[in-house]
Amino acid sequence: MCGVCGCGEGEARLDGRALAQARIPGEHGGHGHHHHAHGQGHGRRALVEIEQDILSKNDADAATNRARFGERGILALNLVSSPGAGKTTLLTATIETLKGSLPVAVIEGDQETANDADRIRAAGARAVQINTGRGCHLDAHTVGHAFDSLAPEIGTVLFIENVGNLVCPAAFDLGEDHKVAILSVAEGEDKPLKYPDMFAAAELMVLNKIDLLPYVEFDPDRAIEYARRVNPQIAVIRLSARTGEGMPAWLDWIRQASERALRARTASVA
Amino acid sequence: MHELSLATSLIELACEHAAENGASRVTRLRVRLGVLAAVRRALYFCFEPAARGTACEGAVLEIDEVPLSVLCPACDAVKTPSGLYNFRCPTCGTPTPRVVTGREMQLVSVELDIPEAASESPPSAHRSDDSTSARP
Repeated sequence: MCGVCGCGEGEARLDGRALAQARIPGEHGGHGHHHHAHGQGHGRRALVEIEQDILSKNDADAATNRARFGERGILALNLVSSPGAGKTTLLTATIETLKGSLPVAVIEGDQETANDADRIRAAGARAVQINTGRGCHLDAHTVGHAFDSLAPEIGTVLFIENVGNLVCPAAFDLGEDHKVAILSVAEGEDKPLKYPDMFAAAELMVLNKIDLLPYVEFDPDRAIEYARRVNPQIAVIRLSARTGEGMPAWLDWIRQASERALRARTASVA
Repeated sequence: MHELSLATSLIELACEHAAENGASRVTRLRVRLGVLAAVRRALYFCFEPAARGTACEGAVLEIDEVPLSVLCPACDAVKTPSGLYNFRCPTCGTPTPRVVTGREMQLVSVELDIPEAASESPPSAHRSDDSTSARP
């Protein structure tokens, strides 16, 4: 029996030919593209074994993006959160601080309007807006085109602000180095448990709007404990984009990640 | 929501394989979905409208669900956590971020209707070196 898909080689046929002959040794594994097919004798109906990831196209586009980011030593961060967690405000505050020390570019994803890209440009960074229309997430193909139009210089920090949605963007790799999940204290502290995929996929959780803590019933320690339940390794930074509290830790995190991206480029060029 | 993207990607993949095999219609798709993909019911729901007007229209969608298993670094063994999103070893409590199974979203196989004319000159079985297989 085929160890990957469980098909029985004995009965397998490709238009009358046995599967054992049709299959290429060593084809299994990864996105196996072994096309051994099981005909049903009369040649009109055939079962074709595929074993291909449903999102393989997106994953291939993401791999291309990742290689292109790597060639230019670009740190790409995929910012994900629910709507209203403060992604754009965090970005404008970040841009204003990084301006002059690190090149920054932004890909903005929203269903409609260019409001966010306008805010980013007003803060002093280059930005391109993607409108997904009815789409609930960015995909790697669109991000690749946005990257073309931005043509960021070597060593740029590229922020990709995903559509505000804690569910769908988790499944779509954009080629980023890291996903950063932003959770505001105006939300429920159990969001990491309710939307575990996103917090499991993120390397960093930014706990935003901590200036509001005196006014809301939000236990930050419990939120962090919940996040670590779904992702034991997640890093956490508590900050307020409005007051600037916690911003130095966030900027350090970005600078260190950017240095790693540049070092990886130097290593591959050398 | 993204189950519609998934359904569309799935249908595109299946239609490509149908075209490569000279098939007129896809009659059955077998899909492997990890429990963490959490789109099983939604995918059934989206599949039919997304398939309309494609070679997959009217095809039967079969979904095999793959249970969650994780690698416990302390026990050095594959374990089944007590809950879907409780990534800790059920035996020793060590955090187990490495998922072994449960994240799969794969098209396993398609059943195709191949007209007589096309099936008289079947494509070679050794087609894994063709252009569509060049993807990583």
